[in-house]
Amino acid sequence: MTVPAKQRAVIAGIGQTEFSQDSGRSTLRLAAEASIAAIRDAGLEPRHIDGMVTFTLDNNDELAVMRTLGIPEIRFAARTRGGGGGACATVQLAAAAVESGQADAVLVYRAFNERSQHRFGQPVQQSPDPAWNFALPFGLDTPAKVYALTFQNYMHEFGLTNADFGSYTVVARDWASTNPAAQFFNRPITLDDHQSSRWIVEPILRKLDCCLESDGGVAMIITTAERAADLDCFPVAIPASSAAHLEGGHEMFAYYHDDLAAYPEGTALGRLLCGQAGIAIDDIDVAMIYENFSPIVFLQLEAFGFCGRGEARDFIADGNIGRGGSLPVNTNGGLLGEGYIHGMNNILEAVRQLRGTAANQQENIQHVLVSAGRSGLILGR
Amino acid sequence: MTKVHLPIFDHDDAFFWQGTAEGKLLIQRCTNCCALRHPPAPMCARCSSFDWDTIESSGRGVIRSWIVSQHPTEPSTEPRIVILVELDEGTRLVSNLHGSPADNVANGLRVEAVFVDFGDIVLPQFRLATDGVER
Repeated sequence: MTVPAKQRAVIAGIGQTEFSQDSGRSTLRLAAEASIAAIRDAGLEPRHIDGMVTFTLDNNDELAVMRTLGIPEIRFAARTRGGGGGACATVQLAAAAVESGQADAVLVYRAFNERSQHRFGQPVQQSPDPAWNFALPFGLDTPAKVYALTFQNYMHEFGLTNADFGSYTVVARDWASTNPAAQFFNRPITLDDHQSSRWIVEPILRKLDCCLESDGGVAMIITTAERAADLDCFPVAIPASSAAHLEGGHEMFAYYHDDLAAYPEGTALGRLLCGQAGIAIDDIDVAMIYENFSPIVFLQLEAFGFCGRGEARDFIADGNIGRGGSLPVNTNGGLLGEGYIHGMNNILEAVRQLRGTAANQQENIQHVLVSAGRSGLILGR
Repeated sequence: MTKVHLPIFDHDDAFFWQGTAEGKLLIQRCTNCCALRHPPAPMCARCSSFDWDTIESSGRGVIRSWIVSQHPTEPSTEPRIVILVELDEGTRLVSNLHGSPADNVANGLRVEAVFVDFGDIVLPQFRLATDGVER
């Protein structure tokens, strides 16, 4: 598919609320605050929005958002499958809409009170998803447990301990410590701090391996390069956007792929994104990598080919993903350090790195990878 | 007694739970191409046949991964060792290690199925096999 340059989708505006443990307001208000900020950042008014994309899991109905913001008419509405793995697919859907002419300006939003109201990390009691029948009765009732059962195989295969995972958290908290928007601003940790946090799933995950359940909202405006050129905005290009789902996979239960110590969805995603953008993985300057739990960063670094199988431990220990490293990762502090807005806040950090407005701004950034694991983006200048 | 969350089964997996109630660990088999599949599905992904029956598993397999499962905010609850078992027939299933402390669990250990009645449901559980050689 060749889309003329002027018709190519761009991210024209970004907006967010503060990220907190208790927002004290409705999720619809969080969605509205983030959305109006993104609309203004794009140099638009609510009346210009004619498309909407969010998560299937989002509680803010499109019509409620329209009524709240004063959007008179939309002609495109779509939602992404799954959980945080689909974060980047919101941008893919919005880009497809504007590039095909189905919409001119698409509002992408995600807002929740994921800490003060419904916490994803708490045990589920029942689920109509039949895959849970072969997990829940045996005690796998939280995402931490479900994921840990594959992480353990990775640890066994390559000889890692929980302290190795802590090396990622130390880096994430270092980035967060100098990001005023991060909930862990000014609060770096040592590996000892990590090792003294309580077990969540022994012997795999400690508390400081888990993402920071948060309240907040994030929004973006997707339009064409041609339209953005007429607006008072700083657009960021989308050289690649893709989802990656594989037979035998599941949003959470990765128990039935042949190789339990690998992340084949990530490998497929890297191939699809680099092919679309026409670049090699080594051309990536900054990587934003979805981490509900720290080990998933190790699996993704290896799946994308930033390092070899079983080498993520040394790649991180050698300083590659931190300040001054060869591949800065999650420069906002990521979902462990800045906050967990279902991965959407990592997309905003990628936009800021390309605009030159990030709190931890890196030099000479041309390409930023955003991976939600099962969907991803390469953003560019 | 450990509190067990009951499955909400439907047409596709009712056979599995009926089997465990009778002390059988059943695996779905395509009657056209004989491929085994778990978790259950209504169609064979290899040959597209909707016809299937079941075979009774030997109940023997090997531990591929494991965790200690405890309630995240109620540490006094009884921990369960969750294991991912690769059956000798080739399919995998999630279960629990029964009758052994966490100190004794390891990847590669051989296990064999036992059936434990939790009141409202019988679950397949596994214990370390008497010929438990590591591989």
